[in-house]
Amino acid sequence: MTAVPTIRPAARRPGHAPAPPVSRRPRARSRTLTVVTGVMVIYTLLPLAWLAISATKNQEDLLGTFGLWFGGEFALLENIGQTFTYQDGIFGRWMLNTVLYVAVGAGGATLLAALAGYGLAKFDFPGRRGVFAVVLIGIACPSTALAVPTFLMFARMGLTDTPWAIIIPSLVSPFGLYLMWTYATEAVPNEILESARVDGAGEFRTFFTISLPLLAPGLVTVLLFNIVATWNNFFLPLIMLKDPDLFPLTLGLYSWNMQANTVGGDVVFDLVITGSLLTIVPLIVAFLLLQRYWQSGLAAGSVKQ
Amino acid sequence: MVTRRSWIGWQFTGPFLAVFALVFLAPIGYSAYLSVFRTKLVGGTGFVGMENYTKTFSDPQFWEGVSRVAIFLAVQVPIMLGLALLVALAIDSGRLYGTGFFRVSIFLPYAVPAVVATLMCGFLYGIRFGLVGSLNEGLGLNIPDPLAPDWILTTIGNIVTWEFVGYNMLILYSGLRVVDTALYEAAAIDGAGQFRIIRAIKLPALRGPLVVATIFSIIGSFQLFTEPQILKSIAPNAITTYFTPNVYTYQLSFTGQQVNYSATIALVMGVATMIVAYLFQRRSLKGVD
Repeated sequence: MTAVPTIRPAARRPGHAPAPPVSRRPRARSRTLTVVTGVMVIYTLLPLAWLAISATKNQEDLLGTFGLWFGGEFALLENIGQTFTYQDGIFGRWMLNTVLYVAVGAGGATLLAALAGYGLAKFDFPGRRGVFAVVLIGIACPSTALAVPTFLMFARMGLTDTPWAIIIPSLVSPFGLYLMWTYATEAVPNEILESARVDGAGEFRTFFTISLPLLAPGLVTVLLFNIVATWNNFFLPLIMLKDPDLFPLTLGLYSWNMQANTVGGDVVFDLVITGSLLTIVPLIVAFLLLQRYWQSGLAAGSVKQ
Repeated sequence: MVTRRSWIGWQFTGPFLAVFALVFLAPIGYSAYLSVFRTKLVGGTGFVGMENYTKTFSDPQFWEGVSRVAIFLAVQVPIMLGLALLVALAIDSGRLYGTGFFRVSIFLPYAVPAVVATLMCGFLYGIRFGLVGSLNEGLGLNIPDPLAPDWILTTIGNIVTWEFVGYNMLILYSGLRVVDTALYEAAAIDGAGQFRIIRAIKLPALRGPLVVATIFSIIGSFQLFTEPQILKSIAPNAITTYFTPNVYTYQLSFTGQQVNYSATIALVMGVATMIVAYLFQRRSLKGVD
């Protein structure tokens, strides 16, 4: 495994929640450096500020007033109401679809990755090396390159235009497996497993009662990144789904935006903007609440050769 | 490893591998199968051997897409990773006021779907309304239309940078956190300044994380799809149907009905991406233990 960088859990003491960033030697804070880095923050936050402000404007103010300041009327609640009632409330449907795809897809992907990563880390079995090779191919093989072939195959199997077309491909996260494998290697001490065996506990029982809690910090991080991948998925739903009732939020917003291009289509930029804000708020909240994990968790993180 | 060699490990890895076989290996095999056939107007589908591959490699539209993502890779990725590196070093230096705020707010765009990021950018950069329009009007500036054909690739680069600079910053930052702080103290005692510490300790420590970040960026660039596909609906004149290889395969399968040819290009690009990522990884980790 020398050719590939391995990733270690950030929790340097296995079995504990990731340590909060160690406070380093106190050093003089620098105003200049803060201001210079602040430019980067302006770059990243400005579009989000624009989105939040624009979601409070009615269609008229949206076109007529300066983008980075509020319009004459504070129409956020009206906009949200309209977003949820437009076209018989299909936006709510999209939101539920997204939640379903994320819960089953990202949740399942995390569970499968945890089981397999743990299996690779803690058991020797015939064909183990082969599994490694397959996983490495999986990491290097971009899933977007597989989207069209997967569509063609699913079309043959009659799976397109069903929720399964989105859920099944989301269930596999080779990189998640890789992270869980490296995490499990360090976070679950072999001695604990051995004593569980001596006590006569079955391997799966041991996994769910003893190992899983130890894997929790890594698990949350992998889950978070799987959620983002599934929540933000666009290419796959675009090619797999025709029925608007099955759309996730991303595809739904795209279709609303496309209406402006069709002759006689209803132009609903205000709803696209409010819908976009509603789409990102849950993820941003999740990231803010789970900071402890993704910041010091693996975060594709603490990479060492 | 705690067990004697046994089959129990398969019970843990089996479920993953089963789904993996269905959504990774089977599509690869199926597109390899499709790639040696072609549906003709007369005579239906027939075996054509390597014909789809020779067609791919002599297709100017394919090459145009490939060279576009290659340019993108050569220009956007270094800029994005450079910025990510500077921010990671700045945050790690501990000399910022409000370190936590910086870390979170620069990472935040990662949580924004590419669809939303691109739609936002379409509005922001719109000449008719949007910020560029307002700036041009209000301040009498003459900023060129970011959605014009000459500027669209730059605009896509800007969107992708915005989305992923924080994610890459996090990869690099995590790499810096595992450096033993005793090294900095020793260096400081030896009279090394901040820049010397960065050059002699921090940058070498970041080699692995930089390789990982670059490989993800290589894959991302070669597979560019969402941003151009959505901008195509906002600025139809600026984005062709073969703007990137993925846009091209999408177009071929869904509008052009050339399923076999589309599968061939998808396969070629998938393999090319893996080869480039592999070669880069081998070259850049040479000499590292």
